[in-house]
Amino acid sequence: MIRVELPQHLRTLAGVKGHEVTLEVVGPVTVRSVLDAVEARYPMLCGTIRDHVTKERRAFLRFFACGVDLSHDSVDAPLPAAVVKGREPLIVLGAIAGG
Amino acid sequence: MSKVRVLVGTKKGAFVLTSDGKREKWDVSGPHFAGWEIYHMKGSPVNPDRIYASQTSGWFGQVVQRSDDGGKTWETVGNKFAYDGTPGTHQWYDGTPHPWEFKRVWHFEPSLTDVETVYAGAEDAGLFLSKDGGKNWEELPGLRGHGTGPHWQPGAGGLCLHTIILDPKDDKRIYIAISAAGAFRTDDGGGTWKPINKGLYSKYIPDPTAEVGHCVHHIAMHAERPGVLFMQKHWDVMRSDDAGENWTKVSGNLPTDFGFAIDVHAHEPETIYVVPIKSDGEHFPLDGQLKVYRSKSGGNEWEPLTKGLPQKDCYVNVLRDAMSVDKLDKCGVYFGTTGGQVYVSSDAGDSWMPIVQNLPSVLSVEVQTLS
Repeated sequence: MIRVELPQHLRTLAGVKGHEVTLEVVGPVTVRSVLDAVEARYPMLCGTIRDHVTKERRAFLRFFACGVDLSHDSVDAPLPAAVVKGREPLIVLGAIAGG
Repeated sequence: MSKVRVLVGTKKGAFVLTSDGKREKWDVSGPHFAGWEIYHMKGSPVNPDRIYASQTSGWFGQVVQRSDDGGKTWETVGNKFAYDGTPGTHQWYDGTPHPWEFKRVWHFEPSLTDVETVYAGAEDAGLFLSKDGGKNWEELPGLRGHGTGPHWQPGAGGLCLHTIILDPKDDKRIYIAISAAGAFRTDDGGGTWKPINKGLYSKYIPDPTAEVGHCVHHIAMHAERPGVLFMQKHWDVMRSDDAGENWTKVSGNLPTDFGFAIDVHAHEPETIYVVPIKSDGEHFPLDGQLKVYRSKSGGNEWEPLTKGLPQKDCYVNVLRDAMSVDKLDKCGVYFGTTGGQVYVSSDAGDSWMPIVQNLPSVLSVEVQTLS
């Protein structure tokens, strides 16, 4: 199972308890396939992490895994083995900004 | 017995304030959607328990919430606002072309006759329509596709479509307003639009009497007299008696005619309310004194209303969608401030009391009169 950590406001929007969701991802485990699975399970999150049409990451969000910033990598690049095996989460992180 | 329900959108969540017809004791529920900006909430005239809320965030974008039980519970509906075709460009602040990009919904306007139909005014300026209760949205592209669209330029708050007025006597006629493009009207249900800005004078744009480019802050109309419109422009309070074809200035004796909010008494079509703000550089009341001004003559002659409002050290603003009226007798008038106060007058403005005093900055106030 793939673990995904979501920002607090998105957890609230999706009605998720705890910091993480766990998902079954079919096929290659990439940022794209994981977000596809997140949006399939929680359709209210469509458009909140990436644009509806272009699928571009929203500007104030970033993707991390295993201490590495993956935000500018290809969304079709394989995620680290630790994420694939469920030892580490893919983290969707909101920028610390605003007031 | 009649009740009122006040829908308050703030910078950090939504609040629902309810009272009986006396409007003296209030129940406050919220924050709903805590931590999110709630630009606007509005209920359906057909089924007042159907309410839409625009939930937005610089981080997470647009969410649309819908309630079918008067704001007790909510569900997310569609949030995909895609401009029709190739969006093209409008002007950026520096006059260069800038692609049309959806940012948020500033205003929902539910249909007067069909509970499933609702309009949404967006930034960047576009008018969207849903016929299935907000699940799916499509743009009415004739507005943005009007020949002047590439010349529209944002105001300080963005290129926002913030006002939508449906004509209760002509279901094909809609008025909208955009900062800083101006006012527009359709007479064919949204297919084609015409600018209705003749008579506006904006000295801060290259051609002060241009067809478009005016920073219209808000427009109000009385339902029984849909051809008469009142406008709070960036500067100037204006009036039209011919459905926007021509405007005349009715600022009269106002101490300053800069402001954002304007509304019309529920039972007296010539009685209007504004909240004068010092200037475009200083968004607070003159001399630290919060005053609503009322005209009973449709403009030009104004009286300050101060009883119950702070008359010293008050430096809040009242934003464009943050004033509303109820339909009770006497007419109730409501407004919210950037300081988090929501005030009510249950005597048409003669006296005021705060309903709440410490909410987050108020973005919008809408009132529902319930039987």
